[in-house]
Amino acid sequence: MDKERGAGEYLRLSVCLFHGNIRCDYAGSSNHIVGLAVKWLLYTTVTRATTRATTRARMQSLLCVNDVSIGFGQEQSIVEQLNFTVYPGETLALVGESGSGKTLSCRAVLRILPESAQIRSGEILFNCRGNVSNLARLKERSLRDIRGDRISMIFQEPMSSLSPLHRIGDQVGEILKLHRDCSARDAKRQVLAEFERVGFNNPQRAYSAYPFELSGGMQQRAMIAMATVAKPELLIADEPTTALDMTTQAQVLGLLKSLQAESGLALILVTHDLGVVANMADQVVVMRKGRVMESGPAELVLGSPVHPYTRDLFAAAPVIPEFEQGEVLPQSDDFILELQNVSKTYGVRHGKGWLPQQTITAARDVNLRVRRGKVLAIVGESGSGKSTCARIALGAELADPGGQVFFREDPTAALIEVQSLSPKQKCEFQRKAQMVFQDPHSSLNPRMLVADVLTEPLEIHGIGTATERRDRAVDLLEQVGLNASMLRRYPHAFSGGQRQRLSIARALALRPQLLVCDEPTSALDVSVQAQILDLLEDIRDRLQLSYLFISHDLAVVARIADEVAVMRRGRIVEQGPPELLMANPLHPYTQALIAAHPEPDVHRPMDLAAVALGAGEPETWSDAFRYTNDDAPPLVEYELHHLVRTHG
Amino acid sequence: MSILPDGRYVDDAPYDPHNELLRSNPELDAPAWVLIWRRFKKHKLGLISGVFLLLSYLMLPFVGFIAPYTAKERDSEHLYAPPQAISFMHEGQFIGPHVYRSIAKADLENFRWTYTQDKSEPRELEFFCHAGEYRLFGLFKSTRHLFCAPDDATVFLFGSDRLGRDVFSRILYGAQLSLTVGLIGICVSFFLGIGFGSLAGYFGGRTDWTIQRLIEILRSLPELPLWLALSAAVPSNWGPVAVFFMISIILGLLDWPGLARAVRAKFLSLREENYVKAAEMMGASPSRVIGQHMLPNFTSHLIASAMLSIPAMILGETALSFLGLGLRAPAVSWGVMLNDAQNLASIEIYPWTAIPMLPIIFVVLAFNFLGDGLRDSLDPYQS
Repeated sequence: MDKERGAGEYLRLSVCLFHGNIRCDYAGSSNHIVGLAVKWLLYTTVTRATTRATTRARMQSLLCVNDVSIGFGQEQSIVEQLNFTVYPGETLALVGESGSGKTLSCRAVLRILPESAQIRSGEILFNCRGNVSNLARLKERSLRDIRGDRISMIFQEPMSSLSPLHRIGDQVGEILKLHRDCSARDAKRQVLAEFERVGFNNPQRAYSAYPFELSGGMQQRAMIAMATVAKPELLIADEPTTALDMTTQAQVLGLLKSLQAESGLALILVTHDLGVVANMADQVVVMRKGRVMESGPAELVLGSPVHPYTRDLFAAAPVIPEFEQGEVLPQSDDFILELQNVSKTYGVRHGKGWLPQQTITAARDVNLRVRRGKVLAIVGESGSGKSTCARIALGAELADPGGQVFFREDPTAALIEVQSLSPKQKCEFQRKAQMVFQDPHSSLNPRMLVADVLTEPLEIHGIGTATERRDRAVDLLEQVGLNASMLRRYPHAFSGGQRQRLSIARALALRPQLLVCDEPTSALDVSVQAQILDLLEDIRDRLQLSYLFISHDLAVVARIADEVAVMRRGRIVEQGPPELLMANPLHPYTQALIAAHPEPDVHRPMDLAAVALGAGEPETWSDAFRYTNDDAPPLVEYELHHLVRTHG
Repeated sequence: MSILPDGRYVDDAPYDPHNELLRSNPELDAPAWVLIWRRFKKHKLGLISGVFLLLSYLMLPFVGFIAPYTAKERDSEHLYAPPQAISFMHEGQFIGPHVYRSIAKADLENFRWTYTQDKSEPRELEFFCHAGEYRLFGLFKSTRHLFCAPDDATVFLFGSDRLGRDVFSRILYGAQLSLTVGLIGICVSFFLGIGFGSLAGYFGGRTDWTIQRLIEILRSLPELPLWLALSAAVPSNWGPVAVFFMISIILGLLDWPGLARAVRAKFLSLREENYVKAAEMMGASPSRVIGQHMLPNFTSHLIASAMLSIPAMILGETALSFLGLGLRAPAVSWGVMLNDAQNLASIEIYPWTAIPMLPIIFVVLAFNFLGDGLRDSLDPYQS
C-alpha cells in the first residue's frame, strides 16, 4: 500500500510538478553526512523518475488539479483537497448533486469564482504546449490570454450566457478578434465553418440571428461554436444539457463527442446525471459536499462502484425498465377527470408591430381521461403543451370554445364541467383538485412559517378552528415524512427535497381527490427524486388519489404511470399504458424519446440515429406519421388501449 | 484516502447517507428582520446614518429645551451677529464653558454693524436655566432650557439673522417642520403608489393600461411650474401649519408615479412565482394574494425606496420655501431660513445665514446612506 502511494506521489510529482526545483527539507539537517546521503538518494531517484515521466508529462497531462481547496470569506472550505488530471482528447466528468462543489471546482480552473470565494491552497497546472503554468496563481493579465483561447467554457443556461443585443455571429467571432488577430472577413469565414461543424443547417442565417430567435438547443450549439471556434485544448462544460429537453440533450452530447473526436479536444463535463456520464466520460470524479468520493476510469467507477455513495447514486439513477410486452388487464371506466377536444391558442404580438396578432396553438384536440386511483402521465419536451393541459384541467385557464373538462368527485356524484363554474363552485372544486409545482424553491412563500403555509388552505376555505388547523398541519407533515418540529421554521432553511415534501403536504391539506403534479421531480437531485416518487406512490395508495403527472423524463413516467400520453407540438402522438408504449413504441417521436434517455451504463450508449429521426420537425417524419401543412394524421388505435397518430 | 490497485481513488472518510436529510442551517431559521439586521450591521455607513437620523427625530419634541432661544425671540441689539464660540479656557486657566460679551458698533462707512468681543470678562453659560417660553412636546408650557446666555451676553452659536434671531435655535425649530414634511409626503405617495401599482400589476389588462397612461401624463407635466401652480392654489390666509400640510400632500401627490411603477414591475414578476399561483389555486381572493403573499415579499423594497425618496421630499420642501411658495414666515423651516439668504450680498457679508444648508446636506446624505444600507441588506435569502 505504502509503496503504491509512493509511486503515486512520484507520478504526481513528475507529471505535474515538473519544474526542476525540488525543495529538500533535509538540507538543514544536523547530521550533514546523512543529510547529504538522503539528498543524493532523493536527487537520483527523482531525476530518474522525472526524466522517465517528463516525456509522459509532455505527452499526457493537460490539466492537473492538485489538492485544491476553495472557500468563501472566512468560512470553512467548501471544496477540499480536490485532485484530478485531464489528458488531451479525454473527457473527465465531475459528478455530484447540488451543493457538492462541482461547479465551483470547474470554475476554479478559469478562476471565475464568485467574488468572496478564493482558492485557498493547491495548484492548478495547465500544460499549454509544454509550458506549464499554475492557473491558481497566474496573473490576471496572463490568465486572460488562456481564457477562451486555450480553455473555454460552456454554461448551463444558453439564453443567459449569450448577449441579447448582439448577433450570434459577432459574439462568436469576438473570440477570434481577441485571441487570433483575425481580419473581420477571416473571422467570419471561420465562424461560418464552425457553425456548419456544430450542425446549423443555415450558417449564414445563424450568423446574423439574435439569440432569442434560436431555440434552446440551437443556442447551446452557438455556445459550443463560441467555445470551440478558437480551437482550445480544453473545454469546460458546466451542466451543458441540464436546461435542455431529452432529445436535444442527446443531440448536443453527440455533437460534443464528435467535435472531440475531430479535434482532440479535452473536456471537463460537470453533470449530475450518471446517464450522461456513462455516455461521455473516460474519467469520472464523484463529488459530495466538496470532497472527492471516488475517482478513476469511467469503466471501473460506473461498472463496479466501490464507495457507498457512488452505489447510492447508481441505485437512484432513473432507468427506463425493460418492459415485457404483456397482457393489459381490463381497466375500469370510472374516470375522475376527462379532457374532451381541448385546444388552446394564445395571441402573441407579431414581431413587426404593425402586423396583426399571431396565434400560437399550445394544445390541439387533446382527449385525456384520468382513471380514479390511477396515474396518467403526459410526457413531452418544453413547449409541447403538457403544462397548458394541466392548467386547463384545473380550471386555471380556459380552453378554446368547444373543449370541455369534466370532473367527477366519486363514481356516484354528478359530473362537473370545470370550464363553466361560478366563482363559488370553482372554490369548491379547488378543494378537490390541487397542484404540486416543479420548482420547490419558488413554490413556498419565503416570508411564511411552515405552519402558516400548511394552514393557509384551510383558512381560505374556513375549515376548522385554529387548533384543529394546527393539528392538521402536524398530521400533514407526518404524512409526507417530516416532523412537527418544523412548524416554526421558514422554508428556506430546508433542502430542495424537503421543500418539495412541504409543497406536497400543502396540496394535501384540503383532502383533494386529484393531484396535478407539474414535473415535481425535475428540479431535484437524483437521490431525492427517487424519494419523492416513493412518497407520491405511497400517498396515492394510502389516500386513493388520482394523479395527472407531467414530466419530460420517460424513466420517471415509466415508474409511476398507469397510462402515458406522449405530446409533441400540442398534439398527443402516442398514448397507452407503459407496458405497451415502452415495449413497442410505434411513433418515431416516442422512439426518439426512449433512445435519447441516457442510461447509466457504459455499454448501452444512446442511439443518436433514432433520436435524429424522431426529434426533428413533424414534416420530416416517415410517411406514415408525417404532418403536411399542419395537417396531422388521426390518432388511431393500434391495439387495445394503444393509440398512435398515424396514417394507418 | 486510498488508492485501489486498479488506480482508482476512494475517499476513506466515514459516509453517512442521511446526514444531509436535515440541512443544518439554524441561521436561516430566524425571522426575516433578524437576518436583515445581521446584514445591515455590517454596512457601517448605513448604520451611522441610521443612528444619526434616529437621534435627529428623537430630538424633535425636545428642541425647545435644547435651543437656547425660541424661534421668534429677537435681539435688536445684535442684528447679523457673527457666530460665537464657546470657550473653556480663560487666560490659560480652565473656568468652564463661557462666552464673551460682544459689543455692537455701527459702522457708518459701510452701514452695517461690527461686533467686537470684550475678552476681559468671561461670562459663564447657565445650565437648566429659565428663558423664553416654549411648549415641550407641543403641549406643556416650559421656560427651562438646557443652556442659555448669561444675563447681559448672547450665545449665537451660528450667528443671528436679519432680525437678530438665533440661527442655531431656528435650525432646531426648523427641523420640526423640515424633517416631518417628508414623512407626510411619503405616506401620501405610498398610499397612492402601492394602491395603483398593485392594481396595475395584479390585474393587468385594461386597469394596467389606464394607470400607466395616468402615470405618463403626470410624469410629462413640468415639475416646477406645477408645484408653483399648486402652492399658489393654497389660500394665502391659511395658517402656516395648514399650508405645511398642503405642501406635504402636494409633494406626495406628485411623487407617487415612480413608486407605482416600481410596485407594478415587482408585482408582475412576483405573479409568476409559484407560491402566488399555488395560493390562487387554493382559492385565495385577490386581496389575500396581494396582502399575504405579494406585499410581504415586497415590504423590504418599499422601505428602501421610502428611505431614498424622503430626501427628495425634504429637498422639495426646501426648494418651494426658498422660492417663497412653500412655507412662509412666521413658520420656521430650513427652506424659509434659506429664503433670507437669497441675495448674494447677504451671503457674502453674512455667510452664516446660509448655515441651514448644512443640516439639509447631512440629513439628505444620511437618508441616502441608510437607504443604500437597507437595500443591500433587505434580501436576506440571497447570498
